Amino acid sequence: MKNVLEFIENSAKSFPNKIAFSDESNSITYTELLKMSKAVGTALVKKFNKKNKSIAVFLDKTVFALTAFFGVAYSGNFYTVIDSMMPADRISTIFDSLQPIAIITDNEHLKIAESIENCGEIILLEDTLNQQIDDKKLAEIRSNSIDTDPLYSLFTSGSTGVPKGTVVSHRNVIAYSEWVSETFDITSETVFGSQTPFYFSMSVLDVFSTIRNGATFHIIPKKYFSFPIKLLEYIRDREVNTIYWVPSALSIVANWKALDYVELPKLKKVLFAGEVMPTKQLNMWIKKRPDIFYANLYGPTETTDICTYYVVDRDFRDDETLPIGKHCNNCDVMILTEDNRLAEVGEEGELCARGSFLAMGYYNNPEKTKEVFVQNPLNTAYPEIIYKTGDLVKLNEKGEIIYISRKDYQIKHMGYRIELGEIEAAAGSIEKIKTCVCIYNENEDKIVFIYEGSKMTDNELMDKLSEKLPVYMRPNVIKRIKQIPYNQNGKIDRKLLKQTYKDI
Amino acid sequence: MEKKILEILSEVKPGVDFEGRTDLIDAGVLASFDIISLVSELNDEFDVEISVVDLVPENFNSVEAMAKMIKRLEDED
Repeated sequence: MKNVLEFIENSAKSFPNKIAFSDESNSITYTELLKMSKAVGTALVKKFNKKNKSIAVFLDKTVFALTAFFGVAYSGNFYTVIDSMMPADRISTIFDSLQPIAIITDNEHLKIAESIENCGEIILLEDTLNQQIDDKKLAEIRSNSIDTDPLYSLFTSGSTGVPKGTVVSHRNVIAYSEWVSETFDITSETVFGSQTPFYFSMSVLDVFSTIRNGATFHIIPKKYFSFPIKLLEYIRDREVNTIYWVPSALSIVANWKALDYVELPKLKKVLFAGEVMPTKQLNMWIKKRPDIFYANLYGPTETTDICTYYVVDRDFRDDETLPIGKHCNNCDVMILTEDNRLAEVGEEGELCARGSFLAMGYYNNPEKTKEVFVQNPLNTAYPEIIYKTGDLVKLNEKGEIIYISRKDYQIKHMGYRIELGEIEAAAGSIEKIKTCVCIYNENEDKIVFIYEGSKMTDNELMDKLSEKLPVYMRPNVIKRIKQIPYNQNGKIDRKLLKQTYKDI
Repeated sequence: MEKKILEILSEVKPGVDFEGRTDLIDAGVLASFDIISLVSELNDEFDVEISVVDLVPENFNSVEAMAKMIKRLEDED
Protein backbone atom coordinates (compact mmCIF):
# COMPACT_ATOMS: atom_id res chain seq x y z
CA MET A 1 0.00 0.00 0.00
CA LYS A 2 1.37 3.41 -0.95
CA ASN A 3 -1.61 5.77 -1.17
CA VAL A 4 -4.47 6.48 1.25
CA LEU A 5 -6.94 6.50 -1.65
CA GLU A 6 -6.59 2.70 -1.65
CA PHE A 7 -8.51 2.84 1.66
CA ILE A 8 -11.50 4.38 -0.11
CA GLU A 9 -11.23 2.07 -3.11
CA ASN A 10 -11.10 -1.03 -0.87
CA SER A 11 -13.97 0.11 1.35
CA ALA A 12 -16.09 0.99 -1.71
CA LYS A 13 -15.59 -2.62 -2.86
CA SER A 14 -16.39 -4.20 0.53
CA PHE A 15 -19.11 -1.77 1.71
CA PRO A 16 -20.46 -0.05 -1.42
CA ASN A 17 -23.77 1.14 0.07
CA LYS A 18 -22.65 1.85 3.58
CA ILE A 19 -22.65 5.44 4.86
CA ALA A 20 -19.09 6.68 5.00
CA PHE A 21 -19.64 10.28 6.10
CA SER A 22 -22.58 12.35 7.23
CA ASP A 23 -23.22 15.88 8.42
CA GLU A 24 -26.42 17.46 9.71
CA SER A 25 -28.05 17.62 6.27
CA ASN A 26 -26.23 15.15 4.01
CA SER A 27 -24.71 11.70 4.00
CA ILE A 28 -22.67 9.85 1.40
CA THR A 29 -21.97 6.15 0.87
CA TYR A 30 -18.57 4.72 0.04
CA THR A 31 -19.57 4.39 -3.63
CA GLU A 32 -20.62 8.05 -3.72
CA LEU A 33 -17.48 9.12 -1.89
CA LEU A 34 -15.33 7.30 -4.44
CA LYS A 35 -17.18 8.79 -7.43
CA MET A 36 -17.25 12.33 -6.13
CA SER A 37 -13.58 12.28 -5.13
CA LYS A 38 -12.60 10.95 -8.56
CA ALA A 39 -14.73 13.60 -10.25
CA VAL A 40 -13.03 16.39 -8.28
CA GLY A 41 -9.65 14.78 -9.01
CA THR A 42 -10.32 14.57 -12.75
CA ALA A 43 -11.50 18.20 -12.87
CA LEU A 44 -8.30 19.32 -11.14
CA VAL A 45 -6.05 17.28 -13.45
CA LYS A 46 -7.76 18.71 -16.52
CA LYS A 47 -7.03 22.22 -15.26
CA PHE A 48 -3.51 21.89 -13.91
CA ASN A 49 -1.79 18.58 -14.61
CA LYS A 50 0.71 19.34 -11.83
CA LYS A 51 2.16 17.12 -9.16
CA ASN A 52 2.79 17.61 -5.41
CA LYS A 53 1.51 21.19 -5.47
CA SER A 54 -0.61 22.76 -2.79
CA ILE A 55 -4.36 23.19 -3.26
CA ALA A 56 -6.22 25.00 -0.48
CA VAL A 57 -9.66 23.83 0.62
CA PHE A 58 -11.83 26.61 1.99
CA LEU A 59 -15.13 25.01 3.00
CA ASP A 60 -17.25 24.40 6.08
CA LYS A 61 -16.96 21.06 7.86
CA THR A 62 -19.32 19.03 5.66
CA VAL A 63 -19.19 15.76 3.70
CA PHE A 64 -18.35 17.82 0.62
CA ALA A 65 -15.15 19.10 2.20
CA LEU A 66 -14.01 15.47 2.42
CA THR A 67 -14.63 14.88 -1.29
CA ALA A 68 -12.48 17.95 -1.94
CA PHE A 69 -9.61 16.54 0.17
CA PHE A 70 -9.66 13.17 -1.55
CA GLY A 71 -10.20 14.83 -4.93
CA VAL A 72 -6.99 16.80 -4.44
CA ALA A 73 -5.22 13.53 -3.56
CA TYR A 74 -6.56 11.91 -6.75
CA SER A 75 -5.08 14.77 -8.75
CA GLY A 76 -1.63 13.95 -7.32
CA ASN A 77 -1.44 17.13 -5.26
CA PHE A 78 -1.81 17.85 -1.56
CA TYR A 79 -4.52 19.73 0.28
CA THR A 80 -4.37 22.41 2.94
CA VAL A 81 -7.45 22.87 5.07
CA ILE A 82 -8.28 26.50 5.75
CA ASP A 83 -10.70 27.35 8.56
CA SER A 84 -13.77 28.83 6.87
CA MET A 85 -14.09 31.35 9.73
CA MET A 86 -10.51 32.55 9.39
CA PRO A 87 -10.07 36.24 8.55
CA ALA A 88 -8.75 36.92 5.03
CA ASP A 89 -5.62 38.59 6.43
CA ARG A 90 -4.39 35.50 8.21
CA ILE A 91 -5.20 33.33 5.19
CA SER A 92 -3.04 35.67 3.15
CA THR A 93 -0.14 35.17 5.59
CA ILE A 94 -0.48 31.41 5.25
CA PHE A 95 -0.64 31.64 1.45
CA ASP A 96 2.58 33.66 1.38
CA SER A 97 4.48 30.52 2.34
CA LEU A 98 2.05 27.96 0.89
CA GLN A 99 1.60 29.52 -2.56
CA PRO A 100 -1.35 27.34 -3.52
CA ILE A 101 -2.03 26.78 -7.22
CA ALA A 102 -5.75 26.84 -6.48
CA ILE A 103 -8.36 27.22 -3.78
CA ILE A 104 -11.45 25.02 -3.70
CA THR A 105 -14.46 26.74 -2.22
CA ASP A 106 -18.23 27.02 -2.71
CA ASN A 107 -20.65 29.84 -3.53
CA GLU A 108 -21.15 30.56 0.14
CA HIS A 109 -17.47 31.39 0.69
CA LEU A 110 -16.69 32.75 -2.77
CA LYS A 111 -16.68 36.41 -1.72
CA ILE A 112 -14.03 35.90 0.98
CA ALA A 113 -11.95 33.72 -1.35
CA GLU A 114 -12.03 36.46 -3.98
CA SER A 115 -10.70 38.96 -1.46
CA ILE A 116 -7.51 36.93 -0.91
CA GLU A 117 -4.87 38.15 -3.34
CA ASN A 118 -2.50 35.20 -3.45
CA CYS A 119 -4.99 32.34 -3.47
CA GLY A 120 -4.28 30.94 -6.94
CA GLU A 121 -7.17 29.97 -9.18
CA ILE A 122 -10.60 29.80 -7.53
CA ILE A 123 -12.44 26.54 -8.13
CA LEU A 124 -16.05 26.03 -7.11
CA LEU A 125 -16.59 22.55 -5.73
CA GLU A 126 -20.10 22.55 -7.22
CA ASP A 127 -18.59 22.79 -10.71
CA THR A 128 -16.31 19.79 -10.26
CA LEU A 129 -18.65 17.17 -8.78
CA ASN A 130 -20.32 16.37 -12.13
CA GLN A 131 -17.08 16.06 -14.06
CA GLN A 132 -16.84 12.93 -16.22
CA ILE A 133 -14.29 10.68 -14.49
CA ASP A 134 -11.08 9.92 -16.43
CA ASP A 135 -10.00 6.64 -14.83
CA LYS A 136 -7.07 6.20 -17.19
CA LYS A 137 -5.54 9.54 -16.27
CA LEU A 138 -6.10 8.94 -12.55
CA ALA A 139 -4.41 5.52 -12.81
CA GLU A 140 -1.44 7.10 -14.55
CA ILE A 141 -1.07 9.63 -11.73
CA ARG A 142 -1.20 6.83 -9.18
CA SER A 143 1.41 4.74 -10.95
CA ASN A 144 3.84 7.67 -10.77
CA SER A 145 3.21 8.40 -7.08
CA ILE A 146 5.24 7.22 -4.10
CA ASP A 147 4.19 6.83 -0.48
CA THR A 148 6.35 9.71 0.74
CA ASP A 149 4.54 12.19 -1.53
CA PRO A 150 2.64 14.79 0.50
CA LEU A 151 -1.03 14.20 1.30
CA TYR A 152 -1.85 17.40 3.18
CA SER A 153 -0.34 20.24 5.13
CA LEU A 154 -1.87 21.72 8.25
CA PHE A 155 -1.00 25.13 9.61
CA THR A 156 -0.36 25.71 13.28
CA SER A 157 0.50 29.00 14.89
CA GLY A 158 4.18 29.34 15.59
CA SER A 159 5.55 30.97 18.71
CA THR A 160 6.60 33.96 16.61
CA GLY A 161 3.04 34.34 15.37
CA VAL A 162 3.90 33.24 11.83
CA PRO A 163 1.98 30.03 11.05
CA LYS A 164 3.95 26.93 10.01
CA GLY A 165 2.60 24.36 7.54
CA THR A 166 3.42 20.81 8.58
CA VAL A 167 3.65 18.54 5.53
CA VAL A 168 2.29 15.03 6.09
CA SER A 169 2.76 12.19 3.59
CA HIS A 170 0.65 9.21 2.57
CA ARG A 171 3.16 6.99 4.38
CA ASN A 172 2.66 8.94 7.63
CA VAL A 173 -1.10 8.51 7.54
CA ILE A 174 -0.93 4.84 6.51
CA ALA A 175 1.41 4.06 9.43
CA TYR A 176 -0.56 6.18 11.88
CA SER A 177 -3.99 4.81 10.94
CA GLU A 178 -2.64 1.27 11.24
CA TRP A 179 -1.68 1.93 14.85
CA VAL A 180 -5.05 3.60 15.54
CA SER A 181 -6.98 0.67 14.06
CA GLU A 182 -5.13 -2.08 15.93
CA THR A 183 -4.94 -0.24 19.26
CA PHE A 184 -8.53 0.91 19.49
CA ASP A 185 -10.04 -1.96 17.54
CA ILE A 186 -11.52 0.24 14.83
CA THR A 187 -13.60 -1.87 12.43
CA SER A 188 -16.52 -1.57 10.05
CA GLU A 189 -18.69 -1.59 13.20
CA THR A 190 -17.15 1.65 14.44
CA VAL A 191 -19.35 4.76 14.35
CA PHE A 192 -17.46 7.99 15.06
CA GLY A 193 -19.01 11.22 16.31
CA SER A 194 -16.53 13.84 15.16
CA GLN A 195 -15.89 17.02 17.14
CA THR A 196 -12.57 18.38 15.91
CA PRO A 197 -12.25 20.67 12.87
CA PHE A 198 -10.60 19.31 9.73
CA TYR A 199 -7.82 21.90 9.96
CA PHE A 200 -6.81 20.37 13.32
CA SER A 201 -4.59 17.26 13.32
CA MET A 202 -6.89 15.35 15.68
CA SER A 203 -9.39 14.88 12.84
CA VAL A 204 -6.83 12.69 11.07
CA LEU A 205 -7.54 9.89 13.56
CA ASP A 206 -11.23 9.54 12.86
CA VAL A 207 -11.23 10.46 9.14
CA PHE A 208 -8.54 8.01 8.06
CA SER A 209 -9.35 5.14 10.38
CA THR A 210 -12.92 5.45 9.07
CA ILE A 211 -12.01 4.99 5.41
CA ARG A 212 -9.36 2.41 6.26
CA ASN A 213 -11.88 0.12 7.96
CA GLY A 214 -15.14 0.92 6.23
CA ALA A 215 -16.47 2.59 9.38
CA THR A 216 -18.97 5.46 9.58
CA PHE A 217 -18.18 9.04 10.54
CA HIS A 218 -20.80 11.56 11.67
CA ILE A 219 -19.88 15.22 11.74
CA ILE A 220 -21.45 16.78 14.84
CA PRO A 221 -22.66 20.34 14.17
CA LYS A 222 -20.45 22.72 16.13
CA LYS A 223 -23.41 24.59 17.66
CA TYR A 224 -24.39 21.53 19.71
CA PHE A 225 -21.28 21.87 21.84
CA SER A 226 -23.08 24.63 23.72
CA PHE A 227 -26.24 22.55 24.13
CA PRO A 228 -25.09 19.43 26.00
CA ILE A 229 -28.42 17.60 25.87
CA LYS A 230 -28.86 18.21 22.14
CA LEU A 231 -25.28 17.09 21.68
CA LEU A 232 -25.84 13.78 23.44
CA GLU A 233 -29.18 13.24 21.69
CA TYR A 234 -27.46 13.79 18.35
CA ILE A 235 -24.80 11.14 18.98
CA ARG A 236 -27.36 8.80 20.54
CA ASP A 237 -29.66 9.07 17.51
CA ARG A 238 -26.77 8.41 15.11
CA GLU A 239 -25.71 5.41 17.24
CA VAL A 240 -22.20 6.77 17.76
CA ASN A 241 -20.01 4.28 19.65
CA THR A 242 -16.60 6.01 19.54
CA ILE A 243 -15.63 9.62 20.17
CA TYR A 244 -12.27 11.37 20.02
CA TRP A 245 -12.77 14.87 21.44
CA VAL A 246 -10.77 17.63 23.08
CA PRO A 247 -11.06 17.51 26.91
CA SER A 248 -12.89 20.86 26.96
CA ALA A 249 -15.78 19.30 25.02
CA LEU A 250 -15.89 16.28 27.35
CA SER A 251 -15.78 18.62 30.35
CA ILE A 252 -18.84 20.55 29.19
CA VAL A 253 -20.81 17.30 29.18
CA ALA A 254 -19.50 16.43 32.65
CA ASN A 255 -19.96 19.87 34.23
CA TRP A 256 -23.59 20.11 33.07
CA LYS A 257 -24.22 16.52 34.21
CA ALA A 258 -25.77 15.92 30.80
CA LEU A 259 -25.21 12.16 31.09
CA ASP A 260 -27.90 12.18 33.81
CA TYR A 261 -30.46 13.22 31.21
CA VAL A 262 -29.49 11.33 28.08
CA GLU A 263 -28.33 7.73 28.10
CA LEU A 264 -25.81 6.61 25.53
CA PRO A 265 -25.98 2.82 25.60
CA LYS A 266 -24.02 2.48 22.35
CA LEU A 267 -21.07 4.62 23.41
CA LYS A 268 -18.13 2.32 24.19
CA LYS A 269 -14.94 4.28 23.57
CA VAL A 270 -13.96 7.77 24.67
CA LEU A 271 -10.57 9.00 23.45
CA PHE A 272 -9.16 12.44 24.09
CA ALA A 273 -6.13 14.58 23.23
CA GLY A 274 -5.16 18.12 22.40
CA GLU A 275 -4.82 19.51 25.94
CA VAL A 276 -4.56 18.13 29.47
CA MET A 277 -7.69 16.21 30.50
CA PRO A 278 -8.84 17.52 33.90
CA THR A 279 -9.01 14.45 36.15
CA LYS A 280 -12.07 15.69 38.05
CA GLN A 281 -14.18 15.77 34.90
CA LEU A 282 -12.80 12.42 33.70
CA ASN A 283 -13.78 10.93 37.07
CA MET A 284 -17.31 12.30 36.59
CA TRP A 285 -17.50 10.40 33.28
CA ILE A 286 -16.05 7.22 34.79
CA LYS A 287 -18.42 7.35 37.75
CA LYS A 288 -21.40 7.60 35.42
CA ARG A 289 -20.08 5.17 32.80
CA PRO A 290 -17.46 2.80 34.26
CA ASP A 291 -18.01 0.42 31.34
CA ILE A 292 -16.54 2.79 28.73
CA PHE A 293 -12.95 2.43 27.45
CA TYR A 294 -11.06 5.70 28.11
CA ALA A 295 -7.71 6.63 26.64
CA ASN A 296 -5.52 9.71 26.89
CA LEU A 297 -3.60 10.41 23.67
CA TYR A 298 -0.71 12.78 23.23
CA GLY A 299 1.10 14.17 20.23
CA PRO A 300 1.68 17.13 17.92
CA THR A 301 0.72 17.69 14.26
CA GLU A 302 4.37 16.90 13.43
CA THR A 303 3.91 13.24 14.43
CA THR A 304 0.76 13.10 12.24
CA ASP A 305 -1.41 13.35 15.35
CA ILE A 306 -0.18 11.21 18.22
CA CYS A 307 3.03 9.60 19.46
CA THR A 308 2.16 8.31 22.96
CA TYR A 309 -1.03 7.10 24.65
CA TYR A 310 -2.35 5.86 27.96
CA VAL A 311 -5.34 3.56 28.41
CA VAL A 312 -6.99 4.50 31.70
CA ASP A 313 -6.61 1.30 33.72
CA ARG A 314 -6.63 2.47 37.33
CA ASP A 315 -8.22 5.08 39.61
CA PHE A 316 -6.87 8.61 39.86
CA ARG A 317 -7.61 11.17 42.54
CA ASP A 318 -9.07 14.47 41.32
CA ASP A 319 -5.74 16.21 41.93
CA GLU A 320 -3.56 13.62 40.18
CA THR A 321 -2.60 14.01 36.53
CA LEU A 322 -3.09 11.28 33.95
CA PRO A 323 0.07 9.87 32.37
CA ILE A 324 0.50 10.22 28.62
CA GLY A 325 1.69 6.63 28.81
CA LYS A 326 4.00 4.97 26.34
CA HIS A 327 4.96 5.20 22.68
CA CYS A 328 2.59 4.03 19.95
CA ASN A 329 3.46 0.85 18.07
CA ASN A 330 5.79 1.75 15.16
CA CYS A 331 6.58 5.17 16.62
CA ASP A 332 9.44 5.41 19.10
CA VAL A 333 9.89 8.19 21.63
CA MET A 334 12.77 9.14 23.88
CA ILE A 335 13.28 11.65 26.66
CA LEU A 336 16.41 13.69 26.05
CA THR A 337 18.11 15.86 28.63
CA GLU A 338 19.72 19.19 27.76
CA ASP A 339 23.09 17.46 27.34
CA ASN A 340 21.54 14.96 24.92
CA ARG A 341 21.43 11.80 26.98
CA LEU A 342 18.44 9.65 27.90
CA ALA A 343 16.75 10.93 31.07
CA GLU A 344 16.70 8.67 34.14
CA VAL A 345 13.43 7.73 35.83
CA GLY A 346 12.00 10.88 37.40
CA GLU A 347 14.37 13.17 35.53
CA GLU A 348 12.93 15.87 33.29
CA GLY A 349 13.70 16.00 29.60
CA GLU A 350 12.32 16.90 26.20
CA LEU A 351 10.12 14.35 24.50
CA CYS A 352 11.46 13.41 21.04
CA ALA A 353 9.94 11.05 18.50
CA ARG A 354 11.22 9.00 15.57
CA GLY A 355 9.70 6.73 12.99
CA SER A 356 7.06 6.64 10.27
CA PHE A 357 4.62 9.01 12.00
CA LEU A 358 7.13 11.86 11.63
CA ALA A 359 5.98 14.55 9.21
CA MET A 360 8.19 15.61 6.30
CA GLY A 361 8.88 19.09 7.76
CA TYR A 362 7.47 22.59 7.39
CA TYR A 363 6.47 23.75 3.94
CA ASN A 364 8.76 26.40 2.48
CA ASN A 365 10.41 26.87 5.84
CA PRO A 366 13.84 25.18 6.00
CA GLU A 367 14.94 27.24 9.03
CA LYS A 368 12.08 26.16 11.27
CA THR A 369 12.35 22.61 9.95
CA LYS A 370 16.04 22.42 10.87
CA GLU A 371 15.36 23.61 14.41
CA VAL A 372 13.11 20.72 15.38
CA PHE A 373 13.62 17.94 12.81
CA VAL A 374 17.19 17.04 13.71
CA GLN A 375 19.66 14.17 13.50
CA ASN A 376 19.16 11.70 16.34
CA PRO A 377 21.99 12.66 18.72
CA LEU A 378 22.19 9.05 19.94
CA ASN A 379 22.86 7.75 16.43
CA THR A 380 26.07 8.82 14.69
CA ALA A 381 26.17 5.88 12.28
CA TYR A 382 23.67 6.94 9.57
CA PRO A 383 21.17 9.75 8.91
CA GLU A 384 18.15 9.44 11.14
CA ILE A 385 15.75 12.31 11.87
CA ILE A 386 13.97 12.81 15.16
CA TYR A 387 11.36 15.44 15.98
CA LYS A 388 11.80 17.54 19.12
CA THR A 389 8.33 18.23 20.51
CA GLY A 390 9.26 21.12 22.82
CA ASP A 391 7.34 19.36 25.59
CA LEU A 392 8.92 18.54 28.95
CA VAL A 393 8.13 15.09 30.33
CA LYS A 394 9.49 12.52 32.79
CA LEU A 395 9.13 8.82 33.47
CA ASN A 396 7.35 7.64 36.63
CA GLU A 397 8.27 4.46 38.54
CA LYS A 398 5.77 2.48 36.47
CA GLY A 399 7.67 3.47 33.32
CA GLU A 400 4.85 5.73 32.16
CA ILE A 401 5.56 9.10 30.60
CA ILE A 402 4.20 12.04 32.57
CA TYR A 403 3.59 15.30 30.76
CA ILE A 404 5.00 18.30 32.62
CA SER A 405 4.53 21.33 30.39
CA ARG A 406 5.62 23.11 27.25
CA LYS A 407 9.32 23.95 27.46
CA ASP A 408 8.39 27.62 27.24
CA TYR A 409 5.63 27.22 29.86
CA GLN A 410 7.95 26.56 32.67
CA ILE A 411 8.47 29.69 34.71
CA LYS A 412 10.98 30.81 37.27
CA HIS A 413 9.29 32.47 40.22
CA MET A 414 10.85 33.44 43.56
CA GLY A 415 13.84 31.41 42.45
CA TYR A 416 11.88 28.22 41.91
CA ARG A 417 11.22 26.43 38.64
CA ILE A 418 7.46 26.03 38.45
CA GLU A 419 5.12 24.27 36.04
CA LEU A 420 1.94 26.27 35.70
CA GLY A 421 0.16 23.04 34.76
CA GLU A 422 0.88 21.65 38.21
CA ILE A 423 -0.93 24.55 39.85
CA GLU A 424 -3.87 24.05 37.50
CA ALA A 425 -4.05 20.34 38.29
CA ALA A 426 -4.06 20.97 42.04
CA ALA A 427 -6.60 23.80 41.89
CA GLY A 428 -8.84 22.01 39.39
CA SER A 429 -9.70 19.41 42.02
CA ILE A 430 -11.31 22.04 44.30
CA GLU A 431 -15.03 21.45 44.29
CA LYS A 432 -16.21 24.96 43.44
CA ILE A 433 -13.85 25.29 40.48
CA LYS A 434 -15.13 24.21 37.08
CA THR A 435 -12.18 25.21 34.94
CA CYS A 436 -9.00 27.12 35.71
CA VAL A 437 -5.97 28.53 33.96
CA CYS A 438 -2.68 29.87 35.32
CA ILE A 439 -0.68 32.49 33.50
CA TYR A 440 2.53 34.24 34.41
CA ASN A 441 3.14 37.95 34.42
CA GLU A 442 6.86 38.12 33.65
CA ASN A 443 7.19 41.86 34.23
CA GLU A 444 6.03 41.75 37.81
CA ASP A 445 6.91 38.13 38.57
CA LYS A 446 3.33 37.26 39.47
CA ILE A 447 1.32 34.08 39.04
CA VAL A 448 -2.18 34.98 37.85
CA PHE A 449 -4.88 32.41 38.55
CA ILE A 450 -8.10 32.62 36.51
CA TYR A 451 -11.07 30.39 37.19
CA GLU A 452 -14.65 29.70 36.26
CA GLY A 453 -16.91 28.29 38.97
CA SER A 454 -19.01 29.11 42.01
CA LYS A 455 -18.36 32.33 43.88
CA MET A 456 -15.98 32.17 46.82
CA THR A 457 -13.79 34.71 48.55
CA ASP A 458 -10.13 34.87 47.62
CA ASN A 459 -9.29 33.88 51.18
CA GLU A 460 -11.42 30.75 50.95
CA LEU A 461 -9.68 29.82 47.72
CA MET A 462 -6.22 30.54 49.10
CA ASP A 463 -6.98 28.39 52.16
CA LYS A 464 -7.84 25.47 49.93
CA LEU A 465 -4.81 26.02 47.71
CA SER A 466 -2.49 26.14 50.69
CA GLU A 467 -3.52 22.56 51.51
CA LYS A 468 -2.26 21.50 48.11
CA LEU A 469 0.58 23.79 47.07
CA PRO A 470 3.84 25.03 48.60
CA VAL A 471 4.01 28.76 49.30
CA TYR A 472 6.04 29.61 46.22
CA MET A 473 3.46 28.01 43.91
CA ARG A 474 0.46 29.88 45.28
CA PRO A 475 -1.00 32.50 42.94
CA ASN A 476 -0.42 36.20 43.54
CA VAL A 477 -3.50 37.39 41.69
CA ILE A 478 -6.89 35.65 41.60
CA LYS A 479 -9.51 36.42 39.02
CA ARG A 480 -12.91 34.76 38.71
CA ILE A 481 -14.48 35.05 35.26
CA LYS A 482 -17.88 33.89 34.01
CA GLN A 483 -16.57 31.89 31.12
CA ILE A 484 -13.15 30.56 30.25
CA PRO A 485 -12.73 31.34 26.53
CA TYR A 486 -12.16 28.60 23.97
CA ASN A 487 -10.41 28.81 20.61
CA GLN A 488 -11.63 27.50 17.24
CA ASN A 489 -10.41 23.98 18.03
CA GLY A 490 -12.47 23.88 21.21
CA LYS A 491 -9.41 24.12 23.44
CA ILE A 492 -8.93 26.68 26.22
CA ASP A 493 -7.74 29.91 24.61
CA ARG A 494 -4.61 30.51 26.68
CA LYS A 495 -3.22 33.07 24.29
CA LEU A 496 -6.28 35.29 24.71
CA LEU A 497 -6.24 34.90 28.50
CA LYS A 498 -2.60 35.80 28.64
CA GLN A 499 -3.16 38.91 26.52
CA THR A 500 -6.12 39.98 28.64
CA TYR A 501 -4.80 39.30 32.12
CA LYS A 502 -1.05 39.43 31.96
CA ASP A 503 -0.92 42.95 33.37
CA ILE A 504 -3.31 42.71 36.29
CA MET B 1 -36.92 42.46 30.21
CA GLU B 2 -36.24 42.29 26.46
CA LYS B 3 -34.26 45.51 26.70
CA LYS B 4 -32.06 44.13 29.47
CA ILE B 5 -31.48 40.92 27.50
CA LEU B 6 -30.44 42.98 24.48
CA GLU B 7 -27.96 44.81 26.68
CA ILE B 8 -26.46 41.57 27.93
CA LEU B 9 -26.27 40.18 24.41
CA SER B 10 -24.38 43.18 23.16
CA GLU B 11 -21.90 42.70 25.99
CA VAL B 12 -21.38 39.02 25.21
CA LYS B 13 -21.18 39.64 21.48
CA PRO B 14 -20.59 43.28 20.59
CA GLY B 15 -21.38 44.69 17.17
CA VAL B 16 -24.36 42.52 16.26
CA ASP B 17 -27.93 43.71 15.78
CA PHE B 18 -29.93 41.16 17.74
CA GLU B 19 -33.33 42.81 17.51
CA GLY B 20 -35.99 40.94 15.54
CA ARG B 21 -33.71 38.00 14.71
CA THR B 22 -35.05 34.50 15.22
CA ASP B 23 -32.04 32.55 13.99
CA LEU B 24 -29.33 33.50 16.45
CA ILE B 25 -28.24 29.88 16.94
CA ASP B 26 -29.19 28.41 13.58
CA ALA B 27 -27.30 31.13 11.69
CA GLY B 28 -24.30 30.80 13.99
CA VAL B 29 -24.56 34.40 15.28
CA LEU B 30 -24.06 33.08 18.79
CA ALA B 31 -21.15 30.68 18.47
CA SER B 32 -20.61 27.51 20.38
CA PHE B 33 -19.09 28.80 23.54
CA ASP B 34 -20.85 32.22 23.65
CA ILE B 35 -23.94 30.54 25.01
CA ILE B 36 -22.40 29.41 28.24
CA SER B 37 -21.27 32.92 29.19
CA LEU B 38 -24.67 34.24 28.14
CA VAL B 39 -26.35 31.73 30.44
CA SER B 40 -24.35 32.80 33.47
CA GLU B 41 -25.06 36.49 32.71
CA LEU B 42 -28.78 35.80 32.46
CA ASN B 43 -28.71 33.74 35.66
CA ASP B 44 -27.05 36.57 37.54
CA GLU B 45 -29.15 39.38 36.11
CA PHE B 46 -32.58 37.79 36.57
CA ASP B 47 -31.71 35.62 39.55
CA VAL B 48 -32.86 32.41 37.87
CA GLU B 49 -31.17 29.05 37.37
CA ILE B 50 -31.13 28.06 33.70
CA SER B 51 -30.62 24.32 33.88
CA VAL B 52 -29.17 21.99 31.30
CA VAL B 53 -32.73 21.03 30.34
CA ASP B 54 -33.47 24.64 29.35
CA LEU B 55 -30.22 24.79 27.43
CA VAL B 56 -31.65 24.05 23.96
CA PRO B 57 -31.33 26.09 20.75
CA GLU B 58 -35.07 26.91 20.68
CA ASN B 59 -34.72 28.96 23.86
CA PHE B 60 -31.88 31.05 22.46
CA ASN B 61 -32.77 31.72 18.84
CA SER B 62 -34.35 35.10 19.61
CA VAL B 63 -34.58 37.68 22.36
CA GLU B 64 -38.28 36.85 22.70
CA ALA B 65 -37.54 33.15 23.24
CA MET B 66 -35.02 34.00 25.94
CA ALA B 67 -37.48 36.34 27.67
CA LYS B 68 -40.18 33.66 27.56
CA MET B 69 -37.86 31.12 29.13
CA ILE B 70 -36.78 33.50 31.89
CA LYS B 71 -40.40 34.44 32.70
CA ARG B 72 -41.25 30.77 32.97
CA LEU B 73 -38.30 30.13 35.29
CA GLU B 74 -39.28 33.13 37.43
CA ASP B 75 -42.83 31.81 37.75
CA GLU B 76 -41.54 28.41 38.81
CA ASP B 77 -39.69 29.93 41.74
